[in-house]
Amino acid sequence: MDPISLATITVLAVFVGFEVVSKVSSTLHTPLMSGTNAIHGIVLIGAIIVAGQAHDPWVLAVALLAVVLATANLVGGFVVTDRMLEMFKGRAKKGTDA
Amino acid sequence: MPLFPPVVSSLLYLVAAVCFILALRGLSSPKTARRGNLIGALGALIAVVTVFLASRLENIPWILAAIAVGTAIAWPIARRVQMTQMPQLVAMLNGVGGGAAALIALLELPHAADWWTRLAIVLTLLIGAISFAGSVITFSKLQGILSAKAIVFPGLALLMVGVLVVAVAAGAWVVTSGPFFAAVAVLVLGLAVGVLLVLPVGGADVPIVISLLNAFTGLAVAASGFVLGNVLLIIAGTLVGASGTILTRAMAQAMGRSVSGILFGAFKGGSTAG
Repeated sequence: MDPISLATITVLAVFVGFEVVSKVSSTLHTPLMSGTNAIHGIVLIGAIIVAGQAHDPWVLAVALLAVVLATANLVGGFVVTDRMLEMFKGRAKKGTDA
Repeated sequence: MPLFPPVVSSLLYLVAAVCFILALRGLSSPKTARRGNLIGALGALIAVVTVFLASRLENIPWILAAIAVGTAIAWPIARRVQMTQMPQLVAMLNGVGGGAAALIALLELPHAADWWTRLAIVLTLLIGAISFAGSVITFSKLQGILSAKAIVFPGLALLMVGVLVVAVAAGAWVVTSGPFFAAVAVLVLGLAVGVLLVLPVGGADVPIVISLLNAFTGLAVAASGFVLGNVLLIIAGTLVGASGTILTRAMAQAMGRSVSGILFGAFKGGSTAG
């Protein structure tokens, strides 16, 4: 895809990102942060593509490290967010008062 | 051999992107939060299955093994972690995501054909490295490995600005088709910036910095989407970057703090809270 189309998509996504969380209640700050953290774990598909095109063993090794790291981000992110929300059950309690 | 033609994979990536948007909206309201998170996970699953079925991939057994290793590490930790330790776990997971984006960008440098791809590579390297190193420091502060107090020494601000300037110079060299070691330098200098950025942040402000670094990783992932020409990475990363920025400001406001005060307060002599 040409750079202008990609830039168009990016600018629109910025506005969607701003709008979609603009009314978040303060009790949900931490789970929302954790949920967005899980979503950027989708960098995994980038790591898979790079690993899938690697011919040199060193490139493959580094790409596979990226796959492991991104998988941890993605899987751990969604699991820990689910656990946070499980504990919530309507209580107005914050997890980050540490 | 790809099973799907590109049109099908593009449509499935669009479905995944919509899932992520719905996930963010769901997570913004207490009633729908848990379902929102599950919709996000569903979107991620669709995207990962799509990449396997739609791309011409080699080394598939290795990739599957790496996914299994990542899952085997993260799943039990995320299941067992105490509620009080969740913030540092989120910081660590965020950091490794930024690290993954930086590694991808480094490996793609030899394939970059034009200057704007190399610019995207430099941005991914720099932001991903800052996020990784910054997250490791926040993790260490919350875990008690480092002092939770603001760590400041004379000349810290000057040092950070200096390192950042050198990193940007090395990045400019990479953009003008500079050598591979210049990209490695950007990565290493980015790590140093991440450390110097978070050291002066005091304990009570650390959750806000986790949120800020989370937005950083989103931006790094979006930039890696430009590197690979992958629309889903661009959308997902940008969504997280934008919503994370709003969220960081909202968290700071809820605690009566300002983001710039947290990041640069220690530099001006006034220590940050905690």
